[in-house]
Amino acid sequence: MNFDLSQVKLREVNQALHDLPEAGVTETIHLHNPRGAHAVACGLRVAAKIEAHGPVGYYCAGMNQKAEITVHGNAGTGVAENMMSGLVRVKGNASQSAGATAHGGLLIIEGDASARCGISLKGADIVVQGSVGHMSAFMAQAGRMVIYGDAGEALGDSIYEARLYVRGSVASLGADCIEKEMRDEHKAELTELLSKADLPVQIDGFRRYGSARSLYSFKVTNASSY
Amino acid sequence: MCGIAAFFSKNSTYESRLGELFVPMLDCLTGRGPDSAGFAVYRDPAPAGSTKIVAQHPSLHYDWKSYFDKVGRVNSVKILSTHALAYVSGESEILRAAAEAADPAVTVMSVGSTIEIYKEMGLPCKVMAQFNLSTAQGSHAIGHTRMATESAVTTAGSHPFSTGMDLCLVHNGSLSNHNRLRRNLERQGIRFRTDNDSEVAAGYLAWRLRQGDSLESSLKGALRDLDGFFTFAIGTKDGFAVLRDPIACKPAILAETDDYVAMASEYRSLAHLPNIDKARIWEPEPARIYTWNKADSSLNLKAA
Repeated sequence: MNFDLSQVKLREVNQALHDLPEAGVTETIHLHNPRGAHAVACGLRVAAKIEAHGPVGYYCAGMNQKAEITVHGNAGTGVAENMMSGLVRVKGNASQSAGATAHGGLLIIEGDASARCGISLKGADIVVQGSVGHMSAFMAQAGRMVIYGDAGEALGDSIYEARLYVRGSVASLGADCIEKEMRDEHKAELTELLSKADLPVQIDGFRRYGSARSLYSFKVTNASSY
Repeated sequence: MCGIAAFFSKNSTYESRLGELFVPMLDCLTGRGPDSAGFAVYRDPAPAGSTKIVAQHPSLHYDWKSYFDKVGRVNSVKILSTHALAYVSGESEILRAAAEAADPAVTVMSVGSTIEIYKEMGLPCKVMAQFNLSTAQGSHAIGHTRMATESAVTTAGSHPFSTGMDLCLVHNGSLSNHNRLRRNLERQGIRFRTDNDSEVAAGYLAWRLRQGDSLESSLKGALRDLDGFFTFAIGTKDGFAVLRDPIACKPAILAETDDYVAMASEYRSLAHLPNIDKARIWEPEPARIYTWNKADSSLNLKAA
């Protein structure tokens, strides 16, 4: 199946994707000339392979369930935001808030991701082959983030129970985010994530970051504040 | 929410197609700002010893000849809808003061040798057609589509704001300390026409530049003194600058080829530009000043 977004309205294309049979489709669906359009392949609920050939705008693959979506180009703000399951791969760079609030599935960004990557992450996995911008993993509750490159300022600010793996430098850690020991179980987890993302499994040099758990848990010494 | 677009030719390749390339850029940002729109186009340098003034009056029957006669020695006047463009003898800021004093009902849009600012309420496509932007030729253009949040939808509250000779500012975002800053700037003699927060940012830059600061140091000062969200695009006589606040909430994307630099709030506004597939495309970093000018068209980064 092929759609040329310079000929067909995006709304019609998204409707056709929503109307795919519940059992899923095996044939790859190609979307040509997205030219930065917003909400490309949003809200899919079935197993299908979709390839967008060119840069996409905001919220591409948002709320995705089951589908496997590849973007051959850059992605705008909020790619795979609130994804529930499935796989989203961006061959280029991603703008801010990539994978925001995503509950499940895997988001792979082969280039860099901008600010607030994985903000309020709720259980999905994000693998970034390049670097991420400031305030990434802000208030991340669950899920895992792997960053091959560097992380910008305030990584993991106010983080809950998401686990972060960074190989490059971290400009600064946010409030309540600390470096943690890389134990065997974490090396195994990292190996699994990198293989799942179909990226080189080189776990040497990765460091783990997570919550110090001093910000979100109740302390009896603070009882008088309430 | 608002939209920003800028197109700057590094050489003469696209100067004759400025309007044709720029109109779809700004039109694409209608969703971000349908209230009003405006643009600065840099073209047709005024002959030595004269200055271009663009002014606006809501009436289509306004007596522009009498108005400009009060401003100075007028060489020519061209009326474009609610705006008028005049070439006036003299080259100083004194002409701006004279233009502002000549009739309080007139809004002085721009003063300089190449800048012309046109802005009005209404959909961007209507405003661009009103001032024949599609046929414009020139070195660069900076535009804005407005969705008002803080102050009234008026012509004077639209962008770009003139910040001095050949300078203008467009803003996406909102400032939280604009009231106090406005009072302080008023004490320094800066005049404001609206309650608009962006006008305060423009006034701030105008004040710093008047003090003799360079554009770079004025923008560094803005990072320190302006509290709030902003992506700015600043038009200068021979180039433009881009600056985002340290949090960088408001979007911006840049594309550069051997022939041009283009900036917009969203990528889709750049998608039709020639050779965009081969352009270097990136998001400007927070709190970093980017400038381009004709003298040195290569990327000129200034870490703040």
